[in-house]
Amino acid sequence: MRSPAFLATGLASFLLLPAIAPAKPSKAVDDAKRQAKLYQKKLSKEQQIQHALDRLTFGPKPGDVAHVKKMGLKKWLDLQLHPERIPENRDLDAKLQPLESLRMTPMEAAQHYPSPQMIRAIAAGRQQLPEDPVLRATIQRLIARYKVKKENDAEMEPVKTLDDVLDPSERQTIRNGKPDQKRALLESLPADKLDDVLIALPRGQRQQLFNNSPVDVQRRIMLLNSPQQVVAYDLLEAKLLRAIESNRQLAEELDDFWFNHFNVYYDKGSDRFLIPDYEREAIRPHVLGKFRDLLEATAKSPAMLFYLDNFQSVRPDIDANSKNRKVKRGLNENYGRELMELHTLGVNGGYTQHDVTEVARCFTGWTIQEPRRGGAFFYDDKLHDKGEKVVLGHVIPAGGGIEDGEKVLDILAAHPSTAKFISTELAQRFVADNPPQALVDKMSKTFLDSGGDIRQVMKTMFDSKEFWSQGAYRAKVKTPFEMVASSVRALDANVTDAWALANQVGNLGEPLYRKQEPTGYSNLNSDWVNSAALLGRMNFAVQVTKNQVPGVKVAGSQPAEMIGSPDFQKR
Amino acid sequence: MTSRRVFLKGSALAMFGVGALPTWLSRSVYAADDSDRRKKILVAIFQRGAVDGLNVVIPFGEQRYYDLRPSLAIPKPDGTPSSALDLDGFFGLHPSLAPLKPMFDAQQLAIVDAVGSPDPTRSHFDAQDYMESGTPGFKATSDGWMNRALPKIAGTGSPMRAVSLGASLPRSLRGRNDALAVNNLNDFQVRDPKAAAAFESMYEHTLDTTLHGTGKETFSAVKIMQSIQKQTYTPANGAKYPGGRFGQSLQQIARLIKADVGLEVAFADIGGWDTHVNEVGAQPAVGQLANNLSDFGQALAAFYQDLGDRMEDVAIATMSEFGRTAKENGNRGTDHGHANVMFVMGGGVRGGKVYGDWPGLAEEQLNEGRDLALTTDFRDVLGELVAKHLGNPNLNAVFPGYEKPRFRGLIG
Repeated sequence: MRSPAFLATGLASFLLLPAIAPAKPSKAVDDAKRQAKLYQKKLSKEQQIQHALDRLTFGPKPGDVAHVKKMGLKKWLDLQLHPERIPENRDLDAKLQPLESLRMTPMEAAQHYPSPQMIRAIAAGRQQLPEDPVLRATIQRLIARYKVKKENDAEMEPVKTLDDVLDPSERQTIRNGKPDQKRALLESLPADKLDDVLIALPRGQRQQLFNNSPVDVQRRIMLLNSPQQVVAYDLLEAKLLRAIESNRQLAEELDDFWFNHFNVYYDKGSDRFLIPDYEREAIRPHVLGKFRDLLEATAKSPAMLFYLDNFQSVRPDIDANSKNRKVKRGLNENYGRELMELHTLGVNGGYTQHDVTEVARCFTGWTIQEPRRGGAFFYDDKLHDKGEKVVLGHVIPAGGGIEDGEKVLDILAAHPSTAKFISTELAQRFVADNPPQALVDKMSKTFLDSGGDIRQVMKTMFDSKEFWSQGAYRAKVKTPFEMVASSVRALDANVTDAWALANQVGNLGEPLYRKQEPTGYSNLNSDWVNSAALLGRMNFAVQVTKNQVPGVKVAGSQPAEMIGSPDFQKR
Repeated sequence: MTSRRVFLKGSALAMFGVGALPTWLSRSVYAADDSDRRKKILVAIFQRGAVDGLNVVIPFGEQRYYDLRPSLAIPKPDGTPSSALDLDGFFGLHPSLAPLKPMFDAQQLAIVDAVGSPDPTRSHFDAQDYMESGTPGFKATSDGWMNRALPKIAGTGSPMRAVSLGASLPRSLRGRNDALAVNNLNDFQVRDPKAAAAFESMYEHTLDTTLHGTGKETFSAVKIMQSIQKQTYTPANGAKYPGGRFGQSLQQIARLIKADVGLEVAFADIGGWDTHVNEVGAQPAVGQLANNLSDFGQALAAFYQDLGDRMEDVAIATMSEFGRTAKENGNRGTDHGHANVMFVMGGGVRGGKVYGDWPGLAEEQLNEGRDLALTTDFRDVLGELVAKHLGNPNLNAVFPGYEKPRFRGLIG
């Protein structure tokens, strides 16, 4: 697969490729003219294939160029726009199999990876122990710890000691063996015995096994040591593995784009167990679908309702006459504002503070059943503001219910400002930081003509001369996520576990699922080029090529210089 | 001037005890001004997410504050740990900011109230961008106020003139002058010397001007950083920085200042202020905002203590994109508002006073009937620091379009 020639030519071209100079304010006009010319200048056939792989995938793997050439660029593009027609990589499916929280409902995720509050509830007999033996062990152990803390007593002994479950030579291996020997032993143990061993080990020794363990064992260790991190673990593993190994590359690019567009934050309360459901049910099915569907899926998702506080927003008069409530409940504007500023119209899309308040009133009653325990979306008519509202000039008559919010989504999804804002953002991600106006206009028109059909908007972009121009070619700086994923792909490295890779993405400035602000991460080059970022990328290049990133194996000797080079930072 | 120094001496003694009097205080008390050869340093702190200024510096003298915030209001100063700390009989500090009170008393901390950006936007992103570009309402500005604030010098100067702590370079520091983003001083290196040499050469030769420029800055800074990395750092005067990113950022800025590497402007940020729900816990003086303020106050106090007499050269200014609604919302929180509060700290600061014109909280006094109105432009504060502390008189270039900043007399 990997030939020295690939790397040699790769390296040479990294040094020689022409680069686009960024605009300096003083000669902005000249630059704009020069840039406009570049958008008229065509790419060669070879460049077109390189460009398609740079933009529609997480970077080419060795052999990808030949593959696209053989299939024909047009056909390959068409397939990427119809991911359901591409058979998924079976190795990837197998790797995702152990990541069970990805497939759980929020309720299941909340119960399987219990929070300290839930542990207390079980300890106090208010909630039952789950069936699953590992979980039972975890919870019982944690309950024990909770009791111990209260009573200030000595630590609980595991029921079975290591002597009970392992023979002397196995004990020797688990304590003093080489990493590979430990790993082989852990892999050979049947599940129940593995649990006994892990539970019998002191916490510190268990954690030491983590980095060198297979994914299944890592999850069990995490379940015992820090159960609340299991969902994050599964999300990060899946995000990296899919970017690196999926055959449906454009769909994965768009999953990243739309998740970031409708950003939610892992560390905000219940979002810890709401996000797998959010990404699976609200984002992934719609990445090439209708924008209106995507918008409603996010609006009704517990993850978004929790993140932007709408689940607590109620009609302002609800407690007006209540004498018992010291704290009067009422309207919360957070979702109403971000819905227009970030999800649809854009900040200059033509709405006012009055519209923000009116939109917030329309969404009162859009809440979550049992928000702390993983409940589903729920419309509560008692909490809904029944008065008349006027949103962007549209009258929403008094007496409405859930349809008030749905009407707002209709108005926003069909608004020309939304068409323009979404088209601009897509063009910034896939074409250039300052995409040509003509291109954005074409995409906006398709958006409006097709009723917000994302696949059609993408197709318009891929049919444009601007996309296939020198102006777009290698004009984007990779985000940390793209940089790390594309490194692994370019090196054709074998990934058994992507946890450490995901941590690298975080160190480079893009902790996945952990962007606190609703803006999501930036799409623009200038936000990713700085001294800390470059040093971080160079150090990652050194580590990954020296096989110092756990879970990632690069065959043979590979130069760090390719991955850390200026040109590899671009796509 | 004389009377202030006398007062300063008294309050400083009260604060530190006789034995612990920082040498710079004694110098400014006893010695004539010796114009220092050391460069002045400006540190900007951005509180991202819009901090609720009305619960940071509490207008306890105005009853309306209590009417508007039945569940959020911090009680009037009464000496208990959950009440405001009296500053001047009208304003009080949030009790979680107790570590900053000695600096206010020593006249090293000035507070400006009802201050902020005149642009009406309530978008976090736009408001931060406007404040950092220094040009509210103008999106086309390509660089940041702090980069433009660097005084003109002959030659290239130190590659460490402008430093931000964190994985990205904030808008405030972007622009023509070199500016570094530093995640961690100890990690500011390429771990493999052979690869380092190769990378340096590749970035030197790349035709991409942005990557070329950033690469060049990076490698010149790496060389200077090596000398810093050789020594382990222990904060002086028993200063204890809180754990967490913000405390670590300030500790590293202190380290750079003491290493005398030519630092002139530094930037750090701290998030978590967007308190739409549960801004307070069981009582107003605990909960989300209180925890965040406690981290914020402890870190600033540790920085001040750690720098000791070097604070003579340093001024710190804090800012946040806008304030929050004067009235609490339906979820024990506050929504996006307008004017806010800024802190200015340092050896040359005329502290111990709350500056600005208080607009009042009556319905008709509020901005758009809901937020604290603005009476001081944030550029008045920053402009004074740039001109009188950094010594860059060219404010038209730093804040283009803002012809006549009104200095409040914070410095001097």
